[in-house]
Amino acid sequence: MKSQDFVVRFAGEGGQGVVTSAEGLAQAAAQAGYHAQTFATFPSQILGGPTWTQARISTRPVLSPGDQLDVLVVFNREAYETHRQEVRENGVIVFDSGTFELVANGRTLGMPFEALAKSTGNPRATNMVIMGALAQLVNMPQEYLEQFVKQRFSRGRSGDEEIIRANIMALSLGRQEALRSGFNLGELALPTKPEREHILLKGNEAAALGALAAGVDVYIGYPISPANTILIFMERNLVGPGKFAYQASSEIEAINAIIGAGYAGKKAMTATSGPGLSLMKEGIGMGWMTEVPVVIVNVQRGGPATGLPTKTEQSDLMSSLYPAHGDVSMPVIAPGTVEECFYAMVNAFNWAERYQGPVIVLSEQILSERTQDIPRPDLSSLVIENREVYRGSNGYLRYEGPGVTPFPVPGSPGAYNANASEHDTHGDTTHLPSRRVEMTERRFAKLKLLEDGTYECEHREEPVAVMPWGGSKGPVREAYEALLDRGERLGWYYTMQINPLSPRLLNELRQKERVIVPELNYLGQFAAFLRSQGVRAEAITQYTGLPFKVRDLVARLEERVRVRQKRTVPA
Amino acid sequence: MSAKGREYDFKWCPGCGDFGVRRALEWALEARTMRTELPIESNVVVSGIGCSGNLVHLLEGPQPYGFHGLHGRSLPLAFGVKMSRPELNVVITAGDGDFLSIGVEHIPPQALRNLDVTVVVMDNGVYGLTKGQSSPTTPQGGVTVSTPYGKLEAALNPLEFYLTLGVTFIASGFSGRPKELAKLIEAGMDHQGFAIVHVQSPCTTYNDTYDVIKGDSKKGIQPKAWNVPQEHDPADRDAAYKLVRAEGLPIGIIYRNTAVPSLAQRQDQQGKKVSHRSLEQLVDSYRV
Repeated sequence: MKSQDFVVRFAGEGGQGVVTSAEGLAQAAAQAGYHAQTFATFPSQILGGPTWTQARISTRPVLSPGDQLDVLVVFNREAYETHRQEVRENGVIVFDSGTFELVANGRTLGMPFEALAKSTGNPRATNMVIMGALAQLVNMPQEYLEQFVKQRFSRGRSGDEEIIRANIMALSLGRQEALRSGFNLGELALPTKPEREHILLKGNEAAALGALAAGVDVYIGYPISPANTILIFMERNLVGPGKFAYQASSEIEAINAIIGAGYAGKKAMTATSGPGLSLMKEGIGMGWMTEVPVVIVNVQRGGPATGLPTKTEQSDLMSSLYPAHGDVSMPVIAPGTVEECFYAMVNAFNWAERYQGPVIVLSEQILSERTQDIPRPDLSSLVIENREVYRGSNGYLRYEGPGVTPFPVPGSPGAYNANASEHDTHGDTTHLPSRRVEMTERRFAKLKLLEDGTYECEHREEPVAVMPWGGSKGPVREAYEALLDRGERLGWYYTMQINPLSPRLLNELRQKERVIVPELNYLGQFAAFLRSQGVRAEAITQYTGLPFKVRDLVARLEERVRVRQKRTVPA
Repeated sequence: MSAKGREYDFKWCPGCGDFGVRRALEWALEARTMRTELPIESNVVVSGIGCSGNLVHLLEGPQPYGFHGLHGRSLPLAFGVKMSRPELNVVITAGDGDFLSIGVEHIPPQALRNLDVTVVVMDNGVYGLTKGQSSPTTPQGGVTVSTPYGKLEAALNPLEFYLTLGVTFIASGFSGRPKELAKLIEAGMDHQGFAIVHVQSPCTTYNDTYDVIKGDSKKGIQPKAWNVPQEHDPADRDAAYKLVRAEGLPIGIIYRNTAVPSLAQRQDQQGKKVSHRSLEQLVDSYRV
């Protein structure tokens, strides 16, 4: 039987081509019609340091990075020692024999990466030597990679032809090395071209594109891992009349500035990570209080404090739901895939414009840096909302009444005071108890407008369900399918609209005997949030800085389901 | 209670310097409105927290837009407003604690950008609203509720600080001379770049400096304030340094540099050279 997917990890020092190899492979595979996903983890330093990237190539949409490696490519001995345990039985280790030696044990394939690349006349073709070998190991047709090389290096420059020739030669050198070794991992099934056109990109790029699709005018942000790539994208691309991106002097400046931009009538956003979110909190409270639409992307990393800057975690849920002092409940949208990163941003801007206030998009390191193929978004079918603008005369009471009121834009009649202090209908400070009550209720009532969330649901008849959130969606889904295959009985729920939850969804969840929430934090934050709303939820937690492995999830979920079966057997 | 809001319950103390600043700002806005024929709604007054922050609620006459933001964060707010809508006239009112202590980190970036806004700093040398703690401009050795044995820190010289940061318009005013102050604020608004009008606005409750600033011949107090000499050239930075390092308190335009392009002008210039890709083109750049 042909295999359906193939997992390879590249490990070595930063700067050795670890990342470009994985991404090149993903790109070549996606071009051939495979689905691809990469998973990256970096050291928190500029150059060097141990780094690794994993690519998973499949004939089906890829849900997780893959637990076990079919092939491990190592650039040095340290990488070999660190990662060799992750290689599956009968898997192959490709190593750089130009740098170090390994005893031949029937699963190691040594190639002098650099020497082979140099012999093609292009010392930078190391990646291609490796890719040629990998393709041979899984019997991938050579023309897939050759096509990729031709497309990538046809840039209309005079040297293109020579570069293409050298790279194709590198591919076949790698291929020959693999052939000579006699190793074979079985044949990877041929892909079926997806019906819709696919694009290949990282989660942060998808989020940035989503923001542009939603009509963002202003981006102001401060550099922080792993949100940097959004800033970089915006600085380059958010240009043109009435639009701009700006690197702020701090997260405090960023949040206040985007609220200023939102107040001035613009669609404004920032992106940050946990430490930045902490600094922004007073400002987010002001956005809630003054009723100014803004979007804040929090690409979660490990916390607290500086935490794990380059690793993944889902531990900012509570601080995103309740980001400020005082009575605040923040709308939160947590995408679970690269594709959802795009739609989460459109959703977030629509929500912000509709209820006139801040919305937090809760992304994760594992989504931000992951390259994945997704169907090309159909831009013409998107619904884009804009705040209702006040078009009357002066003397307007901007905060009058129990719900959203038209938004006056400076420059036009309707002058009022936006006020971070409690205020009356014109926005002037007040301490009157009755007004305090009215304004508090006004702010919370507006959240009702956001109860249009959608959700996934399968086997709703089951009394026990699993409900992942955010970036754990993929691995949990894979585990869920494996459990169904084993005959386990379990329902499935998922939504990216975390707050407010769709009332229909909440209603269904409240009927469940148990809702199991696998999440990457110690506290079981989403489970606690569900419990606070009357759902019998319990968490399966992990806080290693790494995503769930599917096999661990299968074991832990099975254990939980079995506990229930024992409990329900009559004595 | 303000003229417009019956529920508004904040008051400045009798004799507070902020009344004079308010009057001056009203005059400056009025003069600008008459001169430019732009509607009053094209002005935005942004403030932070403190006695100064309440100015947005107490402005009388035609109402500009207002934003009473967080303590120390009026500059970032104003930055967002101005960058989004360069055609708006953005004025910031801030106190010495608000602007020079908690908000001090925001001054250098705006100076480097030459953001085209006007800041009116209302300096009373004390935290008034929280009842009398020391501020950056409280003199060293000064006794306040938070420095009962005398302030250990040196006092900041705000005018020299602004000069050092490269602020392109610096004026010094006094709330007791509102007509003159209105002219300084108007000049600040007209300046295409970062303008700071630093105003001595005494706190009659915790730090009454009227006598010190104006002088009192009966009590034998020499006035601290003196007018910037007519022959002073505001474009001369060295001369400006001499003024702000001299004894007493110079009143008038200290420094004005019109050669530095504002942030909006820089952005315009750059925008002409940048070609941008449509969303469709950007999405297509990720095709496999």
